[in-house]
Amino acid sequence: MSLAIVDYSEYWWIQIIKAIVIFALGLQLVPLVLLFERKLLGRFQGRYGPNRVGLYGLIQPLADIVKLLGKEQSRPNTSVGALYILAPTISIVTAVATFAIIPFGDAPHIFGTRVGLYGVDLSIGPLYIFALSAIAFYGLMLGGWASGSKYSFLGAMRAAAQLISYEVSQGLALVGVLITAGTLSLTGIVEGQGSIWYIVPQFAGFLIFLVAAFAETNRAPFDLVEADAELVGGYNTEYGGGRFASYYFAEYLNVLVVSGVAVTIFLGGWLIPFWSHQPAWVDPFVVLAKMSIFVIFFVWIRATLPRLRYDQLMSFGWKVLLPLATLNTLVTAIIVVAVHK
Amino acid sequence: MSPAPSPSKGNWTPGDDQIAVQRAPEPGGAGGAYRAFGETLRGLKTTFARVVEGVNTIQYPEEKVAVYPRFRGRHKLHRFEESGLEKCVGCSLCAAACPADCIRVVAAENTPEMRVSAGERYAAVYEINLSRCIFCGYCEVACPFDAITMGHDYELSDYNRSDLIFTKEMLLAEPLEATPLRAQGE
Repeated sequence: MSLAIVDYSEYWWIQIIKAIVIFALGLQLVPLVLLFERKLLGRFQGRYGPNRVGLYGLIQPLADIVKLLGKEQSRPNTSVGALYILAPTISIVTAVATFAIIPFGDAPHIFGTRVGLYGVDLSIGPLYIFALSAIAFYGLMLGGWASGSKYSFLGAMRAAAQLISYEVSQGLALVGVLITAGTLSLTGIVEGQGSIWYIVPQFAGFLIFLVAAFAETNRAPFDLVEADAELVGGYNTEYGGGRFASYYFAEYLNVLVVSGVAVTIFLGGWLIPFWSHQPAWVDPFVVLAKMSIFVIFFVWIRATLPRLRYDQLMSFGWKVLLPLATLNTLVTAIIVVAVHK
Repeated sequence: MSPAPSPSKGNWTPGDDQIAVQRAPEPGGAGGAYRAFGETLRGLKTTFARVVEGVNTIQYPEEKVAVYPRFRGRHKLHRFEESGLEKCVGCSLCAAACPADCIRVVAAENTPEMRVSAGERYAAVYEINLSRCIFCGYCEVACPFDAITMGHDYELSDYNRSDLIFTKEMLLAEPLEATPLRAQGE
């Protein structure tokens, strides 16, 4: 088993351009997802959703952002200044940094130079993702704690407990795929799915990953961190204006990141079944299309399931998901060893 | 269920009186997980059916809900169609009937030179304060000449309280925008 090796080096200016493009892409996709979610949620509830600002409400996200940025940046007296300001930044930085390694395609030749359609092809892809999502939780935790308010603090405590519990299952759910693929490089995992997407042999792993992903992104039905009804707004209760917008941005970017990871690992990334030689410019669109399936599913679930009770969330994570994920890993390992013997 | 035997016979057991109880399945276990998964899918189906069903929103300022013919909206004063004379004779019965005390009528005598109404007198001033009106329709019932009726307009907001005092001219005029009316059986 060899770890993936980056077999070519890119010029530094390509790296900088790619970094800018990825950040810009993230910035463009988030408002789209935001509007898409509100429109789709409306349809699920028998209404139109926002349709007043611009044609069919298309510039609603822009109006939201202008509204948020126009607001006063207030700060409670009890808050811890530096951390209060730092926390949303942590959330947003980690979200964008995770977005950087999602492969939107192979490495085609653009103007005679080989350019990978991803930020960087790490030989430790999934580990990087989990490392950053562990740091991302400092964003929520510090934000909630530094606000100096009980609701924020309760939200932050829930965030801590929830993220730690579900990150274990999420990680274990991926181990099955990693054993099968024999590599930790995300492009390597995609290329390993040439014959069959990993969603078929690793269906249990996929389901566990998906459920854990809902908890990791704090989306319904696992949105206890926010729990508007009981905690006002959870960790972001005391935030307003641009800082609240940062948290909001990070939340939706995390949805995109999780969708991207799921697409890469389980749905064959940029591969199209029965068409192995599509032109390189199609790849990013294939990935985006597959990601939108997950975004639709996220909204669909949000429209359907009520929020879990806190103890149900915990017992589900530790008593159901974790044993299942472990079992899935074990069975996969045994089968892989038996086949390779 | 067999009827419970009388206690005097001494062979009564509590179990015989028990009516059949339907219990939910025990929570937890593999069956519980299966049911939870199945119910989730059922829920997803239910919400998806709402998407297929379409949108129920009425886009209010552009579309309006049609009112029933007997809807009690803003009042209207009427004229005789052939002569154009006002039906109101300034009798003030509506003002007497009004529980909210929002109608003010000042009557004046008709003269041969200026004939306003069909009767002896006419309403020189007829004002309804719509910020006080409770739309009960008693004025309509009290009127002996059907001179005042409840119309169908319900868009009555204004920036000023004094703008909501409707004068006789405003009540006699046709509304600027006709409120859609529900057809028979709709």
